Amino acid sequence: MSWKKALIPLATLPVILLLAYGFWTDPKAIPSPLVRKEAPNFRIAVFDGAEMSLASQRGKPVIVNFWASWCFPACYEEAPLMEATWRKYKDQGLVMVGVVIQDKDPNAREFMRRFGYSFPNGPDPGSKISIDFGVYGVPETFFIDRQGRIAYKQVGAVAPEVMEAQIQALLKGQGA
Amino acid sequence: MISTLGGFTIFLALGVALYAVIAAIAGARANREDWLASSRNAVLAHFCLVTLAIFLLEYALVTSDFSLRYVANTSTRGSLTRYKIAGLWGSLEGSILLWEWLQALFATLVVARYSDRHRELMPYVQAVLQGISVFFLALMAFGVNPFARVFPIPPDGRGLNPLLEVTDMLVHPLLLYLGYVGFSIPFAFAMAALITGRLSDEWLTITRRWTVVAWLFLTCGIFYGGWWSYRTLGWGGYWAWDPVENASFMPWLTGTAFIHSVMIQERKRMLKVWNLLLITLTFSLVIFGTFLTRSGILGSVHAFADGPVGVMFLGFLTLVLLFSFGLIAYRSDRLKGRGELDSVVSRESAFLLNNLVLVGICFTVFLGTVFPLLSEALRGAKVSVGTPYFNRVSVPLGMSLVLLMGIGPLIAWGRASLNNLRRNFLKPLLAAVLGTALLYGLGVHEFPALLAFLCCFFALGAIVFEFTVATRARARATGESRVAAFATLLLKSRRRYGGLIVHVGVIVAIIGIAISSIYKVEHEQTLRVGESLTIGRYVIRFDGLAAGERPTHVLVWANLAATKDGASLGELTPGQRFYPNQQSPFASVDARYRWNEDLYVVLSAFERDGKSATIKAMINPMISWIWIGGAIILLGVIVAVLPERRLAMLALRSRPQEA
Repeated sequence: MSWKKALIPLATLPVILLLAYGFWTDPKAIPSPLVRKEAPNFRIAVFDGAEMSLASQRGKPVIVNFWASWCFPACYEEAPLMEATWRKYKDQGLVMVGVVIQDKDPNAREFMRRFGYSFPNGPDPGSKISIDFGVYGVPETFFIDRQGRIAYKQVGAVAPEVMEAQIQALLKGQGA
Repeated sequence: MISTLGGFTIFLALGVALYAVIAAIAGARANREDWLASSRNAVLAHFCLVTLAIFLLEYALVTSDFSLRYVANTSTRGSLTRYKIAGLWGSLEGSILLWEWLQALFATLVVARYSDRHRELMPYVQAVLQGISVFFLALMAFGVNPFARVFPIPPDGRGLNPLLEVTDMLVHPLLLYLGYVGFSIPFAFAMAALITGRLSDEWLTITRRWTVVAWLFLTCGIFYGGWWSYRTLGWGGYWAWDPVENASFMPWLTGTAFIHSVMIQERKRMLKVWNLLLITLTFSLVIFGTFLTRSGILGSVHAFADGPVGVMFLGFLTLVLLFSFGLIAYRSDRLKGRGELDSVVSRESAFLLNNLVLVGICFTVFLGTVFPLLSEALRGAKVSVGTPYFNRVSVPLGMSLVLLMGIGPLIAWGRASLNNLRRNFLKPLLAAVLGTALLYGLGVHEFPALLAFLCCFFALGAIVFEFTVATRARARATGESRVAAFATLLLKSRRRYGGLIVHVGVIVAIIGIAISSIYKVEHEQTLRVGESLTIGRYVIRFDGLAAGERPTHVLVWANLAATKDGASLGELTPGQRFYPNQQSPFASVDARYRWNEDLYVVLSAFERDGKSATIKAMINPMISWIWIGGAIILLGVIVAVLPERRLAMLALRSRPQEA
């Protein structure tokens, strides 16, 4: 068979290669269109505290962490890191807010008690905040710079290195 | 015990199938009839073994033997028996086993039926069919074993997704699998023809009925899937251009092209390469479709991916493509047809155009389906392709197909003269214009609707014209009554007239699709008890919420009183089903399905105190025509494939005067 004819079956290979490439992609990993855009403002009624709004934190780096007591195991894995990070950086001007998604108050409070949460957390009735942030699972963590723009979105539990790197960037005022 | 026995059966079947392949090829090449006979026995033995495997797995399912991981995944102790049985195809491993069983069954039937004749082709047909089985068995032996054990043995299984514990689950997957596996038969014959160099129409004629029946199953499977989706999921739609839906649609498109294109090869010896390409594409797309469902490379509601399966499927797909296209290239010199197109205005040309349009739609659907991958690979950008793209390309192409359905049967072979065109097309064209004008007068002013009706009326008019002219001619010639003449026509030229009935079904379905899309009305409102919402001529009053326990879930429903033009229609009770293992509830749709329009109601949300509920109501005009069209297609295919002998007897009985 001449090489010209061999081209016919070989012409099917690009399609195969494309499909093979598909093994390395994750169709569930959806990038957020909000990165480098201004974070949606929200008001949240913090447990045992007053109301808090995101806009009032402008000028400070903010971490917004979406979690739930039924989110197992990832939320349970990152909770100690969240609290530890808060204690380390709260005196440097970092603001941390936890938003509890579709949970029952007693369960959420138990979660907070278990991990000794001392930073503000509040429920999200009607899931308005989650919807505005395009949250599609828990945990998700948004790193917001001093200008109020979302610098980075972490889907899943935050790894310590990522937390450190992002906070340093936020504190330096570099944002996105 | 079942686990060991089942696993062993798979391995044994794999060995036997492999032997069947080798013995068939060796026997054919060495011209040893005893080897060929042995290979045929192997085919039967292979089938028996796979049947045993199915029996074992079903036994485990029905007796809730949770020591098998597959049983634990797809059934629960409390499931109804028929859903335990359906667990066979509820998840990956079992579905592979079912596919393989159907493949083995079809291979056995083909070998049993045709081995006496067609002695040159059959060994290679058998080798290809058994080769496909080898892949599916290897998938189970080395990839995902349906008989794998789980330890510790769970006290109860996880069960099928609640959405699947419905009667539809007993029907839809089976219909589709019968279609998919059925297409492997003409493919095997095509490969055998290429291998042996017997490139006449032999392979087409033998497989004609198999192809049409496989196509029928695929068509019914697709229609049924849409109907199931519409009645159950609560979004009021029936087709979402989901990658896996597309995966069933693409082989359907090329399969349809193939069925039509072979008519040209039979009559005019043309389009040989087209036909080989079409059946190869059809089979490859079937494998591609299964690959999509099980590889996890594209997100889909149907997807159930696992481990090495994706890679193995891709490997098999590569093999199929290289092998079949390689063979076509190898034989390309001998595939030149004996005919040439005389004129662009001819039936041959219409069929060629038909091929192009169907393959064109298939290509655009394929492109849309893999575009997310392409975009990420080439630009690093994640995009998704949705309904707007698919509708924009398939609607115009679909309309041209409808036109072709009108033109094809009436236009002359060879070269259509002006006279022929005028004689055959004037009346259907007039009917189309008049019908559309009438609709315009009745209030239909939307351009897409008018265009759709124009094309559909033309095609319907052409078919009716064809029927009446032929009936009248026959009645005049034989002195029969019109009715008898019509019946005899159907029976004598059943391929032609059965095919025309299928076209009528397609047109009816397209009218249903067009009208229900263009004139769909939707309205959502939050109502307190006693309040009503108005949609079209309907008024729906919310009378209160209720809840109750069902064997597998908790059902919350709204009691709605519906009236149309003031007359009571009775109660509608849309609701939500809450299952213990699921985070969100499933919709429980209630609707009034009528031939002219559907009133479709969903409970979107409700307050826990029962004082208010959010109701979404839809009017879907003429959506039932889609399902009716599907039934007409079924009828048409039955007419087209009825066996000859029975027909001859019926025909004889209806004509007592003839000598």
